[in-house]
Amino acid sequence: MAKLILLLLKLCILFFVVHAVFEDQVGKFDWRQQYVGKVRFSHFDTQLQSSKKVLVATESNVFAALNSRTGELFWRHVDKTGPEGNIDALLHHAQDAVLVVGNGRMLRSWDINVGGLNWEMLLDTGSFRSACLVGQQGTVKHVAVLKKTVISVHYLSNGHQKWVENLPESETVDYQTVYSGGNGQVFVLGIVPHSHITIVVYSMEDGEIIKQVSVEAPWLSNIPASCAVVGQGMLMCVDSTTMSLNTLDLHQQLQMTQIPLQSLGLEVDPDFHPSLVSHQPNPAQKPLSEFFLQLGPERYLLLQLNNGQIVTLRDFKPALLASFATTGEKTVAAVMSPKNKTACSINLYSADTGRRLLDTTLIFTVDPNGGKPERLHVQAFLKKDDSVGYRVMVQTEDHALTFIQQPGRVMWTREEALSDVVTMEMVDLPLTGTQAELEGEFGKKADGLLSMVLKRLSSQLIMLQAWIAHLWKLFYDARKPRSQVKNEVSIENLSRDEFNLQKMMVMVTSSGKLFGIDSKTGGILWKHYLNNVPKNAAFKLMVQRTTAHFPHPPQCTLLIKDKDTGLATLHVFNPMFGRKSQVMPPALPQPILQSLLLPLMDQDYAKVLLLVDDQYKVSAFPSTKNVLQQLQETASSIFFFLVDSSQGRLSGYRLRTDLSTEQVWEVVVPTEVQKIVSVKGKRPNEHVHSQGRVMGDRSVLYKYLNPNLLAVVTESTDVHQERSFIGILLIDGVTGRIIHEAVQRKARGPVHVVHSENWVVYEYWSTKSRRNEFSVIELYEGMELYNSTVFSSLDRPHAPQVLQQSYIFPSSISTMEATLTEKGITSRHLLIGLPSGGILSLPKMFLDPRRPEIISEQSREENLIPYAPELIIRTEWFINYNQTVGRVRGIHTAPSGLESTCLVVAYGLDIYQTRVYPSKQFDVLKDDYDYMLISSVLFALFFATMISKRLAEVKLLNRAWR
Amino acid sequence: MAGLQPFNVAIISFVLLLICANLVSCNNGRRVGDPLEAELSGFSVPLEHSFELDDVAKFQLRGSLLLKTGREPSVSLTQNQLSEDDRSKLKEVAAVDGLYRIRVPRVFLQADRQTEWQMDGYLTAFVRACAMVESHLSDVITLHTDVSGYLIGVSIVTLPGACRGAEVEDEVDLEVFNTTLSIMAPVNAPGPETALFLERMEQESEKKGKNPQEQKSFFAKYWMYIVPLVLFLMMSGAQDQSGGGAGGGAANGGGR
Repeated sequence: MAKLILLLLKLCILFFVVHAVFEDQVGKFDWRQQYVGKVRFSHFDTQLQSSKKVLVATESNVFAALNSRTGELFWRHVDKTGPEGNIDALLHHAQDAVLVVGNGRMLRSWDINVGGLNWEMLLDTGSFRSACLVGQQGTVKHVAVLKKTVISVHYLSNGHQKWVENLPESETVDYQTVYSGGNGQVFVLGIVPHSHITIVVYSMEDGEIIKQVSVEAPWLSNIPASCAVVGQGMLMCVDSTTMSLNTLDLHQQLQMTQIPLQSLGLEVDPDFHPSLVSHQPNPAQKPLSEFFLQLGPERYLLLQLNNGQIVTLRDFKPALLASFATTGEKTVAAVMSPKNKTACSINLYSADTGRRLLDTTLIFTVDPNGGKPERLHVQAFLKKDDSVGYRVMVQTEDHALTFIQQPGRVMWTREEALSDVVTMEMVDLPLTGTQAELEGEFGKKADGLLSMVLKRLSSQLIMLQAWIAHLWKLFYDARKPRSQVKNEVSIENLSRDEFNLQKMMVMVTSSGKLFGIDSKTGGILWKHYLNNVPKNAAFKLMVQRTTAHFPHPPQCTLLIKDKDTGLATLHVFNPMFGRKSQVMPPALPQPILQSLLLPLMDQDYAKVLLLVDDQYKVSAFPSTKNVLQQLQETASSIFFFLVDSSQGRLSGYRLRTDLSTEQVWEVVVPTEVQKIVSVKGKRPNEHVHSQGRVMGDRSVLYKYLNPNLLAVVTESTDVHQERSFIGILLIDGVTGRIIHEAVQRKARGPVHVVHSENWVVYEYWSTKSRRNEFSVIELYEGMELYNSTVFSSLDRPHAPQVLQQSYIFPSSISTMEATLTEKGITSRHLLIGLPSGGILSLPKMFLDPRRPEIISEQSREENLIPYAPELIIRTEWFINYNQTVGRVRGIHTAPSGLESTCLVVAYGLDIYQTRVYPSKQFDVLKDDYDYMLISSVLFALFFATMISKRLAEVKLLNRAWR
Repeated sequence: MAGLQPFNVAIISFVLLLICANLVSCNNGRRVGDPLEAELSGFSVPLEHSFELDDVAKFQLRGSLLLKTGREPSVSLTQNQLSEDDRSKLKEVAAVDGLYRIRVPRVFLQADRQTEWQMDGYLTAFVRACAMVESHLSDVITLHTDVSGYLIGVSIVTLPGACRGAEVEDEVDLEVFNTTLSIMAPVNAPGPETALFLERMEQESEKKGKNPQEQKSFFAKYWMYIVPLVLFLMMSGAQDQSGGGAGGGAANGGGR
């Protein structure tokens, strides 16, 4: 019996699960792209000639293996964010990859074939300095980790410590590098700045100090930056003050030998710090005696150390990048040199002679919309005829990776800038020519009857033409096998679809690269790299003109603001093609405090952008005469607010006709008690369909729909768990009136807020109960509307009714956003990004302060769910089923042409796009809708009526005769 | 002369000591003697207003707010009448749709001593001057404090709030302020109501406990009906599962 019940329960669950996505819908309306971030270390897997793996460790604390043929991920491990998961070093040997993580906190070994963890070791505390593999008699069995005061050697097979030794005189000596030449000795190089180098030699067997020597080197301050070990244990350092190379034999350690660069006939570019690049193909063997010396931003030299003498093998000028690569016994040097403005050539040279290898030229086309090449990763392999072939992975300034094969075929490109999207917008695609023609007809002013008729005829002729062409294409495609019919989206054939479901996603990344992505397929349609973006820039993207104003091109404006200085620049571009607009943005010499996009338009239908500088002067963009006139007319109704969270000051300003401003209100939240953490307004493109809610007794409870309302969240400065609190202020942005003020006691942030319609939802951490909680505030005007036709902040004297309720949420959250639809008829859902990578679509119905504690007839009539303190996460509410979104940081929602459908983009380390239907697809017929059945029933009924009518007529006639 | 100095210093320090001792005893006496006085202690701050034709704020005294500190702060207001000049100016400002602004100084309401409640800066708010005129100077002023008693904001609205262009002929209507004044502290936001919910659950289970026939679970009672139903559903094919989606969705949508 029990089993039967269990079976029944399971069946019930199965029936419920079908609310989510169907199996055959996987990937139909959604896509995901996975990224790794800016590459810090990379290694090619060289075990086998046919190996296809590239190991990358990135600045986003990700360790991954890429497929070198396709650029896809084999596997990926995402560590903690911040310094805790920071990857300090990546060492690769055979099928093991050893990672030092979190400033030397962890030592991990991964199996690179499957991406599984071999072992993990917690290391002693101390800041990390350097790590290297240690080989002995041709085999590599150990890894040495150098920290500030200690050196430890671990077995590569299981991570166990072989020995650990404290470094001598570690208070005075700054140990920086560890090196092993494969002869049973480990060299630790330290430095006392402006004095000497200290070299400590440890025995590999037991960690005993074999030798400890100091060598005078007062000019040296940083060993890894200016030194390299070359050949038979020769430490080679470059001194940029005296312009000389200094060599030191690590085995004899007598003193430094200085070789002036001038004696080699070399000159260094002024103000350039020369650097050395050496290469150790195998940790069990000595490094090569050849090395690169970089003398200028575009000059490399291949040098050889031969019996203490330095020989110049080849001078590369101009050369952008140089790198060594080894395959089998052969080592080659790859050098990238600029060819012309748009291309670079890469050539291979034999490392021991400097001779150019034949047929090894590779052309790298520099993307004009990308960054300059920054690093070169070379994969060399032996061809069948024993000559050396190679592929290169070029890393550019815009964090892109390009993998190129000879003679210049790009195998794949990964846009790793997309791993750090800051802000985005979804822009409607333009209409097709015919659609635009029709729109144009209605858009223009009437010219006269005859011309209008002619225009109508011509546009209909064009439509007929297009329809015939469409039919012909259908017929033509039908004859071809289905696999050949492709609907490639390219920038030329971009056009809006029937329901406006396909849009252009304009994404802004922290590196300063802009992307235009097709929302249907995820294909990158355009990219544009802004190379003068400061490191700590804040971005704000605004759509000034949509595609609705044909023939004016759509226009987006990106405000880039340096967070330190407050100075800002504007980048104006066309969101369809990514091209910089002809319109010249104004120069902004003053720091910018606030920007606002007004609903006013200039004569070219571009919305007016107002920028407020630190003198409280306002400048408009575009600033044509027309705009200025409009601004003068409406100035007295343009209000804006400024937030200074460092002083806790919220102030409201009004525009004057001469484009100066006057302060009209001020609210000051003392910073001694609490600090402002976020200020959220409503989205300007939000529509609310119903003004009120119908109650159980058929009366209407009207919503308080104030478009100027701001939700201000504060956190207490006192972090003690008994006294900490979170404050919520609802302030009218025009009048500065505090509509509602509430305090959530024994709570702390991070607070996530969504503000929409007449409600504010926020999530916080309850320190008392140690759990995450949701709270919802709803505002109602009451049973009567004060003024039902128009809302004015200046004329709403009555304070709204405020209802609030809180709930327990069983998970912490990363980000939160509400769905948005065209007309606001569809019910709302909250989209919650969880740290687990799931995106939860939680119906707003569950967050309703009117949920009754005791069920009454009226609440049942109103469809209110009885109050339950806990919000339960149902698995079918995950809109991304198994498509985990790594480190989700933001969710963007946009309405589509269908009222039921909302487009969702979640971004973080990954990008995931899908559609959600908060009230199901009430305006769409299902895919498997049975047209045949319906039409046959219709026809059958039609004929049945015909026949029965006829029969009835006959019967009536017969009766009449009777 | 040089010999006198140490003596002087000694005297000064002695006097200082005396003053200190006096102060201490004074304070003690007050605290022990009359705790009520501390609660009822209040102070007054000026309420200022400004209405100018050129909209450059020139604040003048409108009245004084008497703030009572303590656990439940309260406020009362004494204010002057508008002078003849002010009345005509207010009407002129209203005619050009100027602003009527008020401001109060930032104060700390929990302070015991005068020196502590003062802080630099003001809190300002405004209404349209025409609304002020048309409402015959009936305004609602609300002072907002934060958790610890700092005044953080002031708001003013008029009743009625609209500007309909109605002429106010009678000068007498603009003489006396008809002000409703209140002070608002933040409300405590509710936490999740677990106790009440558990109580309700318990009551329900108690109810069930009383009549043991109903103790059987739903499935145990009705399995003979459910099994054939489920079997029938299974037989009728998996396609029908998706049928209900559209209808239910529309119902959801309408519910908003």
